[in-house]
Amino acid sequence: NAQRQGRISFYMTHHGEEAIHMGSSSALKPQDCVFAQYREAGVLMWRGFSLDQFCNQCFSNDLDLGKGRQMPVHYGSRALNYQTVSSPLGTQITQAVGAAYKFKLDAAIDPGKEAAISIVYFGDGAASTVDFHSACNFAATLKTPMIFFCRNNGYAISTPVEDQYAGDGIISRAPGYGMAGIRVDGNDLFAVHAAVAKARELALESSAPVMIEAMTYRQGHHSTSDDSSRYRDTDEVQTATDVSDPLVRLSRFLKHFGWIDDNAAASIEDEERIDVLRAMEAAETRPDPKLDTMFQDVYHEKPPHLIRQEEELKRHMKKYNNPHQ
Amino acid sequence: SSSSSSSSYVDHSHLYNNTYHPQAPEPNYTDLGPTTKLNLFTAINSAMQTAMKTDPTAIMFGEDVAFGGVFRCSQDLREEFGEGRVFNTPLSENGIAGMAIGYASAGGTAIGEIQFGDYIFPAFDQIVNEMAKFRFRSGNQWNCGGVTLRTPVGAVGHGALYHSQSPEAYLAHTPGIVVVMPRGPRCAKGLLLSSIRSKDPVVFLEPKILYRSAVEEVPDADYQIPLGKAEILRLGTDVTIVGWGTQLRTLQIAADLAAKEGVSCEIIDLRTLLPWDAECIIESVKKTGKLVVSHEAPLTCGFGAEVVATLQAECFFHLEAPIQRVCGYDTPFGLVFEKHYLPDEKKNLDAIRRVMEFSL
Repeated sequence: NAQRQGRISFYMTHHGEEAIHMGSSSALKPQDCVFAQYREAGVLMWRGFSLDQFCNQCFSNDLDLGKGRQMPVHYGSRALNYQTVSSPLGTQITQAVGAAYKFKLDAAIDPGKEAAISIVYFGDGAASTVDFHSACNFAATLKTPMIFFCRNNGYAISTPVEDQYAGDGIISRAPGYGMAGIRVDGNDLFAVHAAVAKARELALESSAPVMIEAMTYRQGHHSTSDDSSRYRDTDEVQTATDVSDPLVRLSRFLKHFGWIDDNAAASIEDEERIDVLRAMEAAETRPDPKLDTMFQDVYHEKPPHLIRQEEELKRHMKKYNNPHQ
Repeated sequence: SSSSSSSSYVDHSHLYNNTYHPQAPEPNYTDLGPTTKLNLFTAINSAMQTAMKTDPTAIMFGEDVAFGGVFRCSQDLREEFGEGRVFNTPLSENGIAGMAIGYASAGGTAIGEIQFGDYIFPAFDQIVNEMAKFRFRSGNQWNCGGVTLRTPVGAVGHGALYHSQSPEAYLAHTPGIVVVMPRGPRCAKGLLLSSIRSKDPVVFLEPKILYRSAVEEVPDADYQIPLGKAEILRLGTDVTIVGWGTQLRTLQIAADLAAKEGVSCEIIDLRTLLPWDAECIIESVKKTGKLVVSHEAPLTCGFGAEVVATLQAECFFHLEAPIQRVCGYDTPFGLVFEKHYLPDEKKNLDAIRRVMEFSL
């Protein structure tokens, strides 16, 4: 565990939600813009983000596309059409509406071109934020072609869903906003895929938002700053894992049809583990981004006051022989 | 650039060479061809119309904009550009801001209207945490430079707590956005066009009392006024007075009154509050040695404090008097005592006299 070893500052696992990531991502097209919350790395992985790229971001090194500016797991990739993750919850939901609106106008201008949707992921907790509600209302009234994808994993940090809402989950809100929706077994890879594929089709056909609530379970802690044994029984975690772990279910399915055997499964896991460790080691040894990047990208062009502040910092570091430089 | 030998303890003058002009240089208004007498809302309308004509991705949205807007700023735009490009949104400022960001991040130009600056606060999470940080946090992979949020601000005579606020100080404390306030129709058109076309997200604050009351000859042409640059409205030698928006009218009256007492005031409009043109004020104060800053917004932590802090650091040895701030009081903006609350021309004249006393 790299974070406990002090090698990275922070991490968020995705245990138990893999079917959501791979099932949904595989049903999208590259031109579909993804607005994620933070527990959707598999979506980015499906699109082609490499282990090196993941590790570079987590280790904040000179190859991080985000230039070392954000905490680990705040991935983003323009090339893969995955918006950079931000920590404030729910803010991405209204933004996804704006992107979908752009795609709607683009489609009207150029109907021959392959259409795009936006898809926005959020958890059961984020669905309580003001932006969720505004976004549903905007999307439905403005008829934006998009998918609202809720990962209902039972917890928002320590807050169980019983403390999060009194209604029937998140999907019950969709008709209230005038939006179509479906609830799906989030741990069934094929169900998720089918739901997203159909939702995408519907969103484009009727130029409208579609909501999906994928029921799952957050097997891991909220993050490395969390110890979930303080608010839930390990029995509960074990039961959820035993009953419905998406990887176990997929594995059983594949084995049932003889498409994989235990040996193959084990060796795939071993290979992947080695690849991850290798990527981590490579990322860890890389240098920090250059100090020059500190004042860049605040604006398109660096304004005078930032030029001045940068020079002040450089002067200060030179004067005191700062080891960072 | 300054050639002064005794500037502040660290001479920054070599850094102030007007590099932040991402737009066209200052227009010479006489070269811009025919003009039309426009008030502020028609000048803003003209800017939006021009922007939307020249940029097919430009859309304009907010509450009540479809019928022309509560201040008529969007009149006739829906008729000209269609309901896909000019439309009402549901009543949600965070929604308007978030949608603008998303639309811009997908490559479009989004002009969002917040009906009153007093109601911009629900949008603050989007403005501060998202809009301002969008480019930086992504390593410049993504940006929302196509966003312009417009909103009416300032005292209007009867607006009270919730139709009179000037929220520029909150906004200017946000690295990553640009904050602009025009003082009249002619500069409003040029500044708004620059703002809409800027590669950075802009919050454009419109002094609502000027929507109808300010009338100027505004060029029909498509012109831009540089962001990040102040404008000297009147050259003077005794005192520098600085303001933005409606306050420039008050300062001009105060300066006229001071002139009768033999005081020559240099009047400067900041125009852009973030990033602000410190060089312009510094050069002026090095000449006059005296500074008065005035704004409607409350005194404590108002944007005037930023100007004063910078000027005392950069011009300490040039100052002949303590810098004066003439501002709204630190109370909410009450209805019945508005005329007592505002930093009017008499209070500003008093401040000018005060600094002049020091230099005698």
